[in-house]
Amino acid sequence: MNRILAIRIFAPVAFLVLLIAGWQGAIEVFDIPPFLLPTPAAVWAALGRYANALWKESLYTLGTTLAGFGFAVAFGLGLGLLIGASRTLYSGIYPLMIGFNAIPKVAVVPILALWFGTGEIPAIVTAFLISFFPIVVNVATGLATIEPEMEDVLRALGGSKLDIMRKVGIPRALPYFFASLKVAITLAFVGSVIAESIASNHGIGHLMLQAQAQFVIPLVYACLVVLAVQGILMYAVMAVIERRMTGWAHRSGFATG
Amino acid sequence: MSFVALEDVRFAYGGTGAPAVDRLTMKIDRGAFAAVVGPSGCGKSTLMKLATGLQFPQGGAVLLGGEPVDRPVKIAGMAFQAPTLLAWRTTRENILLPLEIVQPHRRRMRRNRAEYRARADALLASVGLAGAGDKYPWELSGGMQMRAALCRALIHEPELLMLDEPFGALDAFTREELWCVIRDLHAQRRMTVVLVTHDLREAVFLADTIFVMSARPGRIVATHQNTLPRPRELDVTFTPGFSATVQDLRSHIVRARP
Repeated sequence: MNRILAIRIFAPVAFLVLLIAGWQGAIEVFDIPPFLLPTPAAVWAALGRYANALWKESLYTLGTTLAGFGFAVAFGLGLGLLIGASRTLYSGIYPLMIGFNAIPKVAVVPILALWFGTGEIPAIVTAFLISFFPIVVNVATGLATIEPEMEDVLRALGGSKLDIMRKVGIPRALPYFFASLKVAITLAFVGSVIAESIASNHGIGHLMLQAQAQFVIPLVYACLVVLAVQGILMYAVMAVIERRMTGWAHRSGFATG
Repeated sequence: MSFVALEDVRFAYGGTGAPAVDRLTMKIDRGAFAAVVGPSGCGKSTLMKLATGLQFPQGGAVLLGGEPVDRPVKIAGMAFQAPTLLAWRTTRENILLPLEIVQPHRRRMRRNRAEYRARADALLASVGLAGAGDKYPWELSGGMQMRAALCRALIHEPELLMLDEPFGALDAFTREELWCVIRDLHAQRRMTVVLVTHDLREAVFLADTIFVMSARPGRIVATHQNTLPRPRELDVTFTPGFSATVQDLRSHIVRARP
Protein backbone atom coordinates (compact mmCIF):
# COMPACT_ATOMS: atom_id res chain seq x y z
CA MET A 1 0.00 0.00 0.00
CA ASN A 2 2.80 2.41 0.94
CA ARG A 3 4.56 1.64 -2.26
CA ILE A 4 1.44 2.46 -4.30
CA LEU A 5 0.97 5.68 -2.36
CA ALA A 6 4.58 6.63 -2.98
CA ILE A 7 4.14 6.03 -6.70
CA ARG A 8 0.99 8.15 -6.76
CA ILE A 9 2.74 11.07 -5.09
CA PHE A 10 6.27 10.89 -6.42
CA ALA A 11 5.63 9.84 -10.00
CA PRO A 12 3.80 13.07 -10.95
CA VAL A 13 6.42 15.19 -9.14
CA ALA A 14 9.26 13.38 -10.88
CA PHE A 15 7.65 13.89 -14.27
CA LEU A 16 7.01 17.57 -13.55
CA VAL A 17 10.67 18.04 -12.65
CA LEU A 18 11.65 16.24 -15.85
CA LEU A 19 9.35 18.49 -17.87
CA ILE A 20 10.83 21.66 -16.36
CA ALA A 21 14.36 20.35 -16.89
CA GLY A 22 13.52 19.55 -20.51
CA TRP A 23 12.07 23.02 -20.95
CA GLN A 24 15.19 24.67 -19.53
CA GLY A 25 17.42 22.32 -21.51
CA ALA A 26 15.65 23.07 -24.80
CA ILE A 27 16.11 26.79 -24.26
CA GLU A 28 19.83 26.36 -23.73
CA VAL A 29 20.47 23.78 -26.43
CA PHE A 30 18.48 25.53 -29.17
CA ASP A 31 19.23 29.00 -27.90
CA ILE A 32 15.56 30.02 -27.86
CA PRO A 33 15.06 33.75 -27.29
CA PRO A 34 13.00 34.63 -24.17
CA PHE A 35 10.24 36.37 -26.15
CA LEU A 36 9.45 32.99 -27.76
CA LEU A 37 9.88 30.80 -24.72
CA PRO A 38 10.84 32.32 -21.36
CA THR A 39 12.77 30.21 -18.87
CA PRO A 40 10.92 28.38 -16.10
CA ALA A 41 12.52 30.80 -13.65
CA ALA A 42 11.14 33.80 -15.54
CA VAL A 43 7.66 32.31 -15.56
CA TRP A 44 7.98 31.56 -11.86
CA ALA A 45 9.00 35.17 -11.24
CA ALA A 46 6.02 36.39 -13.29
CA LEU A 47 3.72 34.21 -11.18
CA GLY A 48 5.03 36.04 -8.12
CA ARG A 49 5.06 39.54 -9.58
CA TYR A 50 1.56 39.41 -11.06
CA ALA A 51 0.11 37.25 -8.28
CA ASN A 52 -2.66 39.75 -7.52
CA ALA A 53 -3.92 40.06 -11.07
CA LEU A 54 -3.54 36.34 -11.67
CA TRP A 55 -5.48 35.53 -8.50
CA LYS A 56 -8.31 37.94 -9.30
CA GLU A 57 -8.66 37.00 -12.95
CA SER A 58 -8.36 33.29 -12.32
CA LEU A 59 -11.15 33.46 -9.74
CA TYR A 60 -13.25 35.26 -12.33
CA THR A 61 -12.51 32.56 -14.89
CA LEU A 62 -13.20 29.85 -12.34
CA GLY A 63 -16.58 31.47 -11.69
CA THR A 64 -17.66 31.61 -15.33
CA THR A 65 -16.30 28.12 -15.93
CA LEU A 66 -18.18 26.61 -13.02
CA ALA A 67 -21.36 28.44 -13.98
CA GLY A 68 -21.18 27.12 -17.54
CA PHE A 69 -20.23 23.69 -16.25
CA GLY A 70 -23.17 23.72 -13.84
CA PHE A 71 -25.60 24.38 -16.66
CA ALA A 72 -23.89 21.71 -18.73
CA VAL A 73 -24.33 19.15 -15.95
CA ALA A 74 -28.02 19.91 -15.49
CA PHE A 75 -28.77 20.07 -19.19
CA GLY A 76 -26.49 17.18 -20.13
CA LEU A 77 -27.93 14.89 -17.49
CA GLY A 78 -31.49 15.73 -18.50
CA LEU A 79 -30.94 15.36 -22.22
CA GLY A 80 -28.81 12.24 -21.75
CA LEU A 81 -31.56 10.54 -19.73
CA LEU A 82 -34.13 11.59 -22.29
CA ILE A 83 -32.34 10.33 -25.38
CA GLY A 84 -31.02 7.28 -23.56
CA ALA A 85 -34.57 6.29 -22.66
CA SER A 86 -36.19 6.84 -26.03
CA ARG A 87 -35.02 5.34 -29.28
CA THR A 88 -36.94 7.95 -31.29
CA LEU A 89 -35.33 10.88 -29.51
CA TYR A 90 -31.97 9.14 -29.75
CA SER A 91 -32.11 8.77 -33.52
CA GLY A 92 -33.61 12.23 -33.92
CA ILE A 93 -31.35 14.30 -31.71
CA TYR A 94 -28.06 12.45 -31.78
CA PRO A 95 -27.00 13.36 -35.36
CA LEU A 96 -27.88 17.01 -34.69
CA MET A 97 -25.77 16.98 -31.57
CA ILE A 98 -22.79 15.51 -33.37
CA GLY A 99 -23.09 18.21 -36.00
CA PHE A 100 -23.39 20.85 -33.34
CA ASN A 101 -20.42 19.51 -31.45
CA ALA A 102 -18.29 19.63 -34.61
CA ILE A 103 -18.76 23.41 -34.86
CA PRO A 104 -15.65 25.12 -33.45
CA LYS A 105 -16.84 27.10 -30.46
CA VAL A 106 -14.39 29.89 -31.34
CA ALA A 107 -16.68 30.64 -34.27
CA VAL A 108 -19.67 30.91 -31.97
CA VAL A 109 -18.19 33.44 -29.54
CA PRO A 110 -18.58 36.49 -31.85
CA ILE A 111 -22.23 35.57 -32.30
CA LEU A 112 -22.65 35.31 -28.55
CA ALA A 113 -20.93 38.67 -28.12
CA LEU A 114 -23.39 40.08 -30.62
CA TRP A 115 -26.34 38.72 -28.67
CA PHE A 116 -25.21 39.29 -25.09
CA GLY A 117 -22.49 41.92 -25.40
CA THR A 118 -19.05 41.37 -23.91
CA GLY A 119 -18.76 40.15 -20.34
CA GLU A 120 -19.34 36.97 -18.44
CA ILE A 121 -22.37 35.71 -20.33
CA PRO A 122 -20.54 34.72 -23.53
CA ALA A 123 -17.93 32.95 -21.38
CA ILE A 124 -20.55 31.04 -19.41
CA VAL A 125 -22.44 30.10 -22.55
CA THR A 126 -19.29 28.96 -24.35
CA ALA A 127 -18.20 26.89 -21.36
CA PHE A 128 -21.66 25.35 -21.34
CA LEU A 129 -21.73 24.67 -25.08
CA ILE A 130 -18.36 23.01 -25.16
CA SER A 131 -18.83 20.82 -22.09
CA PHE A 132 -22.36 19.43 -22.22
CA PHE A 133 -21.76 17.06 -25.13
CA PRO A 134 -19.61 14.45 -23.35
CA ILE A 135 -22.09 14.40 -20.48
CA VAL A 136 -25.04 13.74 -22.78
CA VAL A 137 -23.17 11.04 -24.68
CA ASN A 138 -22.01 9.24 -21.55
CA VAL A 139 -25.34 9.30 -19.77
CA ALA A 140 -27.12 8.10 -22.91
CA THR A 141 -24.55 5.34 -23.37
CA GLY A 142 -24.99 4.19 -19.78
CA LEU A 143 -28.71 3.88 -20.32
CA ALA A 144 -28.47 2.32 -23.75
CA THR A 145 -26.22 -0.49 -22.54
CA ILE A 146 -28.63 -2.01 -19.98
CA GLU A 147 -28.52 -5.79 -20.34
CA PRO A 148 -31.67 -6.90 -22.16
CA GLU A 149 -31.99 -9.78 -19.68
CA MET A 150 -32.16 -7.30 -16.83
CA GLU A 151 -34.92 -5.46 -18.67
CA ASP A 152 -36.75 -8.75 -19.18
CA VAL A 153 -36.50 -9.60 -15.50
CA LEU A 154 -38.16 -6.33 -14.54
CA ARG A 155 -40.69 -6.30 -17.36
CA ALA A 156 -41.74 -9.83 -16.55
CA LEU A 157 -42.56 -8.53 -13.08
CA GLY A 158 -44.77 -5.85 -14.55
CA GLY A 159 -42.15 -3.13 -14.13
CA SER A 160 -42.76 0.04 -16.13
CA LYS A 161 -40.24 1.84 -18.26
CA LEU A 162 -39.85 4.30 -15.38
CA ASP A 163 -39.17 1.43 -12.95
CA ILE A 164 -36.46 0.09 -15.22
CA MET A 165 -34.92 3.57 -15.48
CA ARG A 166 -34.99 4.12 -11.72
CA LYS A 167 -33.82 0.73 -10.59
CA VAL A 168 -31.35 -0.15 -13.32
CA GLY A 169 -30.81 2.55 -15.92
CA ILE A 170 -29.91 5.53 -13.79
CA PRO A 171 -27.67 3.75 -11.25
CA ARG A 172 -25.98 2.06 -14.17
CA ALA A 173 -25.44 5.37 -15.98
CA LEU A 174 -23.94 7.09 -12.94
CA PRO A 175 -20.34 5.88 -13.38
CA TYR A 176 -20.50 7.04 -16.99
CA PHE A 177 -21.93 10.36 -15.85
CA PHE A 178 -19.27 11.00 -13.23
CA ALA A 179 -16.52 9.95 -15.61
CA SER A 180 -17.83 12.47 -18.12
CA LEU A 181 -17.65 15.24 -15.52
CA LYS A 182 -13.87 14.93 -15.51
CA VAL A 183 -13.77 15.49 -19.25
CA ALA A 184 -16.42 18.18 -19.17
CA ILE A 185 -14.79 20.33 -16.49
CA THR A 186 -11.52 20.64 -18.42
CA LEU A 187 -13.44 21.41 -21.60
CA ALA A 188 -15.41 24.07 -19.75
CA PHE A 189 -12.13 25.86 -18.98
CA VAL A 190 -11.26 25.82 -22.67
CA GLY A 191 -14.65 27.33 -23.47
CA SER A 192 -14.57 30.14 -20.94
CA VAL A 193 -10.96 31.11 -21.72
CA ILE A 194 -11.67 31.23 -25.47
CA ALA A 195 -14.65 33.47 -24.88
CA GLU A 196 -12.75 35.70 -22.46
CA SER A 197 -9.96 36.23 -24.93
CA ILE A 198 -12.44 37.33 -27.59
CA ALA A 199 -15.33 39.00 -25.82
CA SER A 200 -14.50 40.02 -22.29
CA ASN A 201 -12.63 42.55 -20.20
CA HIS A 202 -11.98 40.08 -17.44
CA GLY A 203 -10.63 36.64 -16.78
CA ILE A 204 -7.44 34.75 -17.46
CA GLY A 205 -8.15 34.69 -21.19
CA HIS A 206 -8.34 38.46 -21.27
CA LEU A 207 -5.23 38.84 -19.10
CA MET A 208 -3.33 36.54 -21.44
CA LEU A 209 -4.34 38.58 -24.45
CA GLN A 210 -3.28 41.81 -22.72
CA ALA A 211 0.05 40.34 -21.68
CA GLN A 212 0.67 39.26 -25.24
CA ALA A 213 -0.23 42.70 -26.61
CA GLN A 214 2.16 44.32 -24.16
CA PHE A 215 4.79 41.73 -24.89
CA VAL A 216 5.02 40.48 -21.31
CA ILE A 217 5.68 36.95 -22.48
CA PRO A 218 6.43 35.38 -19.04
CA LEU A 219 2.99 36.52 -17.91
CA VAL A 220 1.39 34.74 -20.89
CA TYR A 221 3.03 31.55 -19.74
CA ALA A 222 2.18 32.25 -16.12
CA CYS A 223 -1.48 32.45 -17.19
CA LEU A 224 -1.17 29.06 -18.85
CA VAL A 225 0.34 27.61 -15.68
CA VAL A 226 -2.47 29.02 -13.56
CA LEU A 227 -5.04 27.56 -15.95
CA ALA A 228 -3.35 24.18 -15.85
CA VAL A 229 -3.32 24.20 -12.05
CA GLN A 230 -6.99 25.17 -11.94
CA GLY A 231 -7.80 22.43 -14.42
CA ILE A 232 -5.98 19.83 -12.36
CA LEU A 233 -7.66 20.97 -9.15
CA MET A 234 -11.13 20.87 -10.63
CA TYR A 235 -10.42 17.51 -12.24
CA ALA A 236 -9.33 16.20 -8.85
CA VAL A 237 -12.54 17.48 -7.28
CA MET A 238 -14.57 15.65 -9.94
CA ALA A 239 -12.52 12.50 -9.44
CA VAL A 240 -13.17 12.59 -5.70
CA ILE A 241 -16.89 13.07 -6.30
CA GLU A 242 -16.82 10.18 -8.75
CA ARG A 243 -15.17 7.88 -6.22
CA ARG A 244 -17.55 8.90 -3.50
CA MET A 245 -20.63 8.33 -5.59
CA THR A 246 -19.73 5.25 -7.59
CA GLY A 247 -17.06 3.41 -5.65
CA TRP A 248 -18.70 0.11 -6.61
CA ALA A 249 -17.67 0.60 -10.22
CA HIS A 250 -13.94 0.93 -9.42
CA ARG A 251 -12.52 -2.40 -8.50
CA SER A 252 -9.94 -3.06 -11.17
CA GLY A 253 -6.25 -2.63 -10.56
CA PHE A 254 -5.96 -0.54 -13.69
CA ALA A 255 -5.37 3.16 -13.45
CA THR A 256 -8.47 5.04 -12.46
CA GLY A 257 -9.14 8.56 -11.36
CA MET B 1 -56.12 -28.25 -17.37
CA SER B 2 -52.65 -27.22 -18.27
CA PHE B 3 -51.05 -24.21 -16.61
CA VAL B 4 -48.90 -23.10 -19.53
CA ALA B 5 -50.34 -23.72 -22.97
CA LEU B 6 -49.02 -22.67 -26.35
CA GLU B 7 -51.34 -23.54 -29.20
CA ASP B 8 -50.14 -23.45 -32.77
CA VAL B 9 -48.01 -20.40 -32.01
CA ARG B 10 -46.18 -18.50 -34.71
CA PHE B 11 -43.74 -15.70 -33.97
CA ALA B 12 -41.27 -13.77 -36.09
CA TYR B 13 -39.12 -10.94 -34.74
CA GLY B 14 -40.27 -7.67 -36.21
CA GLY B 15 -43.49 -9.38 -37.35
CA THR B 16 -42.19 -10.34 -40.78
CA GLY B 17 -39.39 -12.46 -42.14
CA ALA B 18 -38.41 -15.97 -41.12
CA PRO B 19 -40.37 -17.02 -38.04
CA ALA B 20 -38.43 -17.97 -34.93
CA VAL B 21 -41.13 -20.43 -33.96
CA ASP B 22 -43.98 -21.81 -36.06
CA ARG B 23 -46.82 -24.22 -35.28
CA LEU B 24 -45.46 -24.47 -31.76
CA THR B 25 -47.74 -26.39 -29.45
CA MET B 26 -46.96 -27.43 -25.90
CA LYS B 27 -48.78 -27.88 -22.63
CA ILE B 28 -47.32 -27.91 -19.15
CA ASP B 29 -49.30 -28.89 -16.07
CA ARG B 30 -49.40 -26.82 -12.92
CA GLY B 31 -46.52 -27.71 -10.64
CA ALA B 32 -44.73 -29.69 -13.33
CA PHE B 33 -41.06 -29.42 -14.18
CA ALA B 34 -40.67 -29.10 -17.95
CA ALA B 35 -37.46 -28.90 -19.93
CA VAL B 36 -37.10 -27.65 -23.47
CA VAL B 37 -34.11 -28.91 -25.41
CA GLY B 38 -33.09 -28.42 -29.02
CA PRO B 39 -30.34 -27.42 -31.37
CA SER B 40 -28.93 -23.95 -30.82
CA GLY B 41 -30.89 -21.11 -32.32
CA CYS B 42 -34.13 -23.09 -32.33
CA GLY B 43 -36.17 -20.38 -30.68
CA LYS B 44 -35.93 -21.65 -27.11
CA SER B 45 -35.47 -18.17 -25.76
CA THR B 46 -38.35 -16.93 -27.91
CA LEU B 47 -40.48 -19.54 -26.22
CA MET B 48 -39.59 -18.02 -22.85
CA LYS B 49 -40.53 -14.54 -23.95
CA LEU B 50 -43.84 -15.75 -25.37
CA ALA B 51 -44.76 -17.63 -22.21
CA THR B 52 -44.07 -14.63 -19.99
CA GLY B 53 -45.75 -12.05 -22.18
CA LEU B 54 -42.59 -10.19 -23.14
CA GLN B 55 -43.49 -10.96 -26.76
CA PHE B 56 -46.84 -11.79 -28.30
CA PRO B 57 -47.53 -14.42 -30.96
CA GLN B 58 -48.54 -13.40 -34.47
CA GLY B 59 -50.56 -16.58 -34.78
CA GLY B 60 -52.04 -19.07 -32.36
CA ALA B 61 -52.53 -18.49 -28.66
CA VAL B 62 -50.52 -18.43 -25.46
CA LEU B 63 -52.45 -19.22 -22.31
CA LEU B 64 -51.26 -19.02 -18.75
CA GLY B 65 -53.52 -20.42 -16.07
CA GLY B 66 -56.28 -20.53 -18.69
CA GLU B 67 -56.00 -16.80 -19.44
CA PRO B 68 -54.64 -15.46 -22.71
CA VAL B 69 -51.29 -13.72 -22.20
CA ASP B 70 -51.69 -10.15 -23.44
CA ARG B 71 -49.23 -8.33 -21.18
CA PRO B 72 -46.11 -9.26 -19.22
CA VAL B 73 -47.29 -11.78 -16.67
CA LYS B 74 -46.57 -10.95 -13.06
CA ILE B 75 -46.47 -14.45 -11.70
CA ALA B 76 -43.20 -15.38 -13.40
CA GLY B 77 -39.66 -15.37 -12.13
CA MET B 78 -36.79 -15.52 -14.58
CA ALA B 79 -33.12 -16.47 -14.50
CA PHE B 80 -30.67 -16.43 -17.37
CA GLN B 81 -27.24 -17.76 -18.20
CA ALA B 82 -25.74 -14.45 -17.06
CA PRO B 83 -26.70 -13.80 -13.44
CA THR B 84 -27.30 -10.09 -14.28
CA LEU B 85 -27.01 -9.01 -10.68
CA LEU B 86 -26.78 -5.27 -10.16
CA ALA B 87 -23.24 -4.38 -9.15
CA TRP B 88 -24.24 -1.46 -6.92
CA ARG B 89 -26.54 -3.52 -4.73
CA THR B 90 -25.60 -6.08 -2.14
CA THR B 91 -26.74 -9.62 -2.76
CA ARG B 92 -29.68 -9.14 -0.43
CA GLU B 93 -30.72 -5.91 -2.12
CA ASN B 94 -30.45 -7.64 -5.48
CA ILE B 95 -32.75 -10.37 -4.30
CA LEU B 96 -35.26 -7.85 -2.96
CA LEU B 97 -35.39 -6.02 -6.31
CA PRO B 98 -38.49 -7.84 -7.64
CA LEU B 99 -40.39 -6.91 -4.49
CA GLU B 100 -39.70 -3.25 -5.19
CA ILE B 101 -41.59 -3.72 -8.47
CA VAL B 102 -44.38 -6.20 -7.77
CA GLN B 103 -47.50 -5.29 -5.81
CA PRO B 104 -48.50 -5.69 -3.01
CA HIS B 105 -44.88 -5.89 -1.83
CA ARG B 106 -43.98 -2.62 -3.46
CA ARG B 107 -46.40 -0.80 -1.14
CA ARG B 108 -45.41 -2.74 1.95
CA MET B 109 -41.66 -2.70 1.34
CA ARG B 110 -40.73 0.47 3.17
CA ARG B 111 -42.59 -0.26 6.36
CA ASN B 112 -41.85 -3.97 6.52
CA ARG B 113 -38.21 -3.81 5.62
CA ALA B 114 -37.10 -6.15 8.43
CA GLU B 115 -39.62 -8.80 7.47
CA TYR B 116 -38.48 -8.74 3.85
CA ARG B 117 -34.83 -8.85 4.83
CA ALA B 118 -35.52 -11.95 6.88
CA ARG B 119 -37.32 -13.49 3.93
CA ALA B 120 -34.39 -12.80 1.61
CA ASP B 121 -31.94 -14.23 4.12
CA ALA B 122 -34.04 -17.37 4.56
CA LEU B 123 -34.12 -17.85 0.81
CA LEU B 124 -30.37 -17.31 0.58
CA ALA B 125 -29.84 -19.91 3.28
CA SER B 126 -32.03 -22.39 1.38
CA VAL B 127 -29.71 -22.25 -1.63
CA GLY B 128 -26.58 -22.52 0.51
CA LEU B 129 -25.74 -18.83 0.60
CA ALA B 130 -26.37 -18.17 4.28
CA GLY B 131 -24.60 -15.01 5.40
CA ALA B 132 -23.83 -13.78 1.88
CA GLY B 133 -26.56 -11.14 1.95
CA ASP B 134 -24.23 -8.24 2.67
CA LYS B 135 -21.68 -9.18 0.04
CA TYR B 136 -21.58 -7.48 -3.32
CA PRO B 137 -22.06 -9.65 -6.43
CA TRP B 138 -18.40 -9.36 -7.41
CA GLU B 139 -17.40 -10.88 -4.10
CA LEU B 140 -19.28 -14.06 -5.05
CA SER B 141 -18.08 -16.86 -7.33
CA GLY B 142 -19.95 -17.62 -10.57
CA GLY B 143 -21.91 -20.41 -8.97
CA MET B 144 -22.81 -18.27 -5.97
CA GLN B 145 -23.95 -15.46 -8.26
CA MET B 146 -26.19 -17.93 -10.05
CA ARG B 147 -27.66 -19.07 -6.75
CA ALA B 148 -28.35 -15.44 -5.91
CA ALA B 149 -29.98 -14.94 -9.32
CA LEU B 150 -32.22 -17.94 -8.58
CA CYS B 151 -33.18 -16.34 -5.28
CA ARG B 152 -34.07 -13.16 -7.10
CA ALA B 153 -36.27 -15.17 -9.45
CA LEU B 154 -38.02 -16.82 -6.51
CA ILE B 155 -38.38 -14.09 -3.88
CA HIS B 156 -41.86 -13.03 -4.98
CA GLU B 157 -42.97 -16.67 -4.91
CA PRO B 158 -43.80 -16.92 -8.60
CA GLU B 159 -46.10 -19.64 -9.80
CA LEU B 160 -43.96 -19.99 -12.90
CA LEU B 161 -40.17 -20.12 -12.91
CA MET B 162 -38.52 -19.64 -16.29
CA LEU B 163 -34.88 -20.68 -16.55
CA ASP B 164 -32.99 -19.88 -19.75
CA GLU B 165 -29.82 -22.00 -19.77
CA PRO B 166 -29.17 -20.93 -16.20
CA PHE B 167 -26.13 -23.12 -15.65
CA GLY B 168 -24.53 -22.79 -19.08
CA ALA B 169 -21.62 -20.70 -17.87
CA LEU B 170 -20.70 -22.82 -14.85
CA ASP B 171 -18.19 -25.63 -14.41
CA ALA B 172 -19.47 -29.19 -14.26
CA PHE B 173 -19.29 -29.62 -10.49
CA THR B 174 -20.98 -26.33 -9.71
CA ARG B 175 -23.62 -27.14 -12.29
CA GLU B 176 -24.47 -30.45 -10.62
CA GLU B 177 -24.66 -28.73 -7.23
CA LEU B 178 -27.11 -26.26 -8.66
CA TRP B 179 -29.18 -29.01 -10.23
CA CYS B 180 -29.76 -30.27 -6.72
CA VAL B 181 -30.60 -26.75 -5.51
CA ILE B 182 -33.25 -26.39 -8.21
CA ARG B 183 -34.54 -29.91 -7.58
CA ASP B 184 -35.01 -29.16 -3.88
CA LEU B 185 -36.60 -25.77 -4.49
CA HIS B 186 -39.10 -27.36 -6.85
CA ALA B 187 -39.82 -30.16 -4.40
CA GLN B 188 -40.47 -27.63 -1.61
CA ARG B 189 -42.48 -25.06 -3.46
CA ARG B 190 -44.11 -27.01 -6.27
CA MET B 191 -44.06 -24.06 -8.67
CA THR B 192 -44.21 -24.75 -12.37
CA VAL B 193 -40.72 -24.69 -13.86
CA VAL B 194 -39.76 -24.31 -17.51
CA LEU B 195 -36.08 -24.99 -18.05
CA VAL B 196 -34.60 -24.12 -21.42
CA THR B 197 -31.29 -25.92 -21.84
CA HIS B 198 -29.03 -27.63 -24.29
CA ASP B 199 -27.67 -29.95 -21.63
CA LEU B 200 -29.59 -33.20 -22.07
CA ARG B 201 -28.35 -34.71 -18.80
CA GLU B 202 -29.59 -31.64 -17.01
CA ALA B 203 -33.00 -31.98 -18.66
CA VAL B 204 -33.30 -35.68 -17.85
CA PHE B 205 -32.13 -35.25 -14.27
CA LEU B 206 -34.51 -32.40 -13.46
CA ALA B 207 -37.62 -32.56 -15.62
CA ASP B 208 -40.86 -34.52 -15.69
CA THR B 209 -41.57 -33.66 -19.30
CA ILE B 210 -38.94 -32.95 -21.92
CA PHE B 211 -39.85 -31.16 -25.11
CA VAL B 212 -37.51 -31.46 -28.08
CA MET B 213 -37.61 -28.50 -30.44
CA SER B 214 -36.65 -28.47 -34.11
CA ALA B 215 -34.26 -26.06 -35.77
CA ARG B 216 -35.73 -22.75 -36.86
CA PRO B 217 -38.59 -22.24 -37.20
CA GLY B 218 -38.90 -23.96 -33.86
CA ARG B 219 -41.67 -26.38 -33.02
CA ILE B 220 -41.97 -29.42 -30.81
CA VAL B 221 -40.83 -32.57 -32.61
CA ALA B 222 -40.88 -34.94 -29.66
CA THR B 223 -42.23 -35.00 -26.11
CA HIS B 224 -40.67 -37.32 -23.60
CA GLN B 225 -42.36 -38.22 -20.34
CA ASN B 226 -39.58 -38.80 -17.88
CA THR B 227 -40.35 -41.84 -15.75
CA LEU B 228 -37.33 -41.64 -13.46
CA PRO B 229 -38.73 -41.79 -9.92
CA ARG B 230 -38.38 -38.87 -7.52
CA PRO B 231 -36.60 -37.92 -5.39
CA ARG B 232 -33.61 -38.26 -7.67
CA GLU B 233 -30.02 -38.28 -6.51
CA LEU B 234 -27.05 -37.47 -8.69
CA ASP B 235 -26.21 -41.19 -8.76
CA VAL B 236 -29.15 -41.70 -11.07
CA THR B 237 -27.22 -39.95 -13.82
CA PHE B 238 -24.91 -42.98 -13.99
CA THR B 239 -27.65 -45.59 -14.41
CA PRO B 240 -28.30 -47.29 -17.76
CA GLY B 241 -31.90 -46.05 -17.83
CA PHE B 242 -30.72 -42.45 -17.54
CA SER B 243 -28.16 -42.88 -20.30
CA ALA B 244 -30.73 -44.52 -22.55
CA THR B 245 -33.08 -41.57 -22.13
CA VAL B 246 -30.27 -39.12 -22.90
CA GLN B 247 -29.31 -41.16 -25.96
CA ASP B 248 -32.90 -41.21 -27.14
CA LEU B 249 -33.25 -37.43 -26.81
CA ARG B 250 -29.92 -36.95 -28.49
CA SER B 251 -31.04 -38.86 -31.56
CA HIS B 252 -34.12 -36.63 -31.78
CA ILE B 253 -31.98 -33.52 -31.71
CA VAL B 254 -29.53 -34.84 -34.27
CA ARG B 255 -32.49 -35.37 -36.57
CA ALA B 256 -33.93 -31.96 -35.68
CA ARG B 257 -30.82 -30.10 -36.75
CA PRO B 258 -30.94 -28.25 -40.04
